[in-house]
This record gives sequence, C-alpha cells and structure tokens, in this order.
Amino acid sequence: MKVKILFFASLREQLGTAAEEVEIPNSASTVAGLRLHLMKRGGAWQDALADMKVVRVAVNQDMAAANAPLNPGDEVAFFPPVTGG
Amino acid sequence: MKISVQQEDFDLSTEVIEISGNPRIGAVASFVGVVREVAMTLEHYPGMTESAINSIVEEARAKWQVLDLVVIHRYGDLEPGDQIVLVAVASSHRGDAFAACEFIMDFLKTQAPFWKKEHHPDGARWVDARDSDDRAAERWRSIKPKLLKS
Repeated sequence: MKVKILFFASLREQLGTAAEEVEIPNSASTVAGLRLHLMKRGGAWQDALADMKVVRVAVNQDMAAANAPLNPGDEVAFFPPVTGG
Repeated sequence: MKISVQQEDFDLSTEVIEISGNPRIGAVASFVGVVREVAMTLEHYPGMTESAINSIVEEARAKWQVLDLVVIHRYGDLEPGDQIVLVAVASSHRGDAFAACEFIMDFLKTQAPFWKKEHHPDGARWVDARDSDDRAAERWRSIKPKLLKS
C-alpha cells in the first residue's frame, strides 16, 4: 500500500527530503514497521530514524505510538521533540 | 475563540479588547513570548499545528471557566525582541484566567508541532527540547480545577 511520509526540522535536513509517497509492504503497516522499512535505506536514514527517543511520529496529524496501524493513504510525519512557545 | 498560526506580528491590546466584550468577564490573563538574544526560524506542521492547539484549548475549557480566548503563534524568521506567541484568556475571575493561560502555554511548548532553529554567529542549530518544559506540562495532571477557583 501507499502512504505519504513527511519530515520536519532537523530530520528533514538530515534526510534531505520534506515529503514523499512510498509503497510499503504489509510487514511495514505499523509506525514501527514503516520506520524499520525506511531505515533499511541505510546512510542518513539509518542514522536519523534509529533513536526512537528523539523521533516523534504523527499519523494523520495525531501523535501516534510505535504500534499504531497504518492504512492506505495515511499521512505519516516524523519529527524531533517539539520546541515551540 | 480565536486560534491563529501566522507569520505576521500581533498587537496585545487589540487582541485583549477583542475577547473582553462579554459582561460576565472580570479577568483577562495574557502571556506574550518574546525572542531572546538570538534570531531564529520557526518551522511548523501546517494542519497538525492548528488541531494540536485546538485540542489544548478544548482541554483548558473543560478544566476552567473560559469565556473567551485567543492563541496566536508565529512562524518564519524572527529577530531578537520579536513577539513569538500570545495566549490570552478571559474569565469571570482571575484564578481560572491565570490557570488556563499557563496550562495552554505549558502544553503549547510540549504538544504543538513547532521547531526553533537559532542563528548563532558560528552557525545555525536546532533547539533541543527541554526536560523542564515536559515537567511543567506534567504537573497539571495532579491539579484539580476546583482548587483553582478564585
């Protein structure tokens, strides 16, 4: 299935991309599964997504846990802890 | 109720007047965040930012008497001394206005998807999230609103 992935702030810079559509296997149909799938690209992907303590994930603009399921067309955003205010 | 994520600056007194029309209002508490020392660029997640602020505001309205409020958060390039964020809450009494205002600020800092990149003389760097901000948000979990009536 296809999902849209977004990256913000330091993650966007590390990965050199803000958004892309990816086709993912059924084994990657959770937040954790998608993260591992992307880490297999190696290099910056492996480095940037390795530490879940500094990577937050939102699915369809709501904060999501590692075991949250993904559905076709979902918008999945990866970003560091927020620093607004 | 007004929630705005914008590049433009804002005027505190204009915004306070806007939320002070209801004759039941006896208190308006406001907070303005200002850029300290170093220029910065604020990035956000359009769409999620607004819905995250909405959720925080709804939680505040469930806990305290909020007759009206305004939340404005800026993004883009900001210079030292520039205003970043405004939260103003109108209520019948000061206890609810102060508490709701501080609650909203604490959760804006830890829940709303904004990221600050500071432009130092030796280069730009992303600001790290602070544990003290997490603790500030966490302490609200044990506070009963009924204890906070003025």
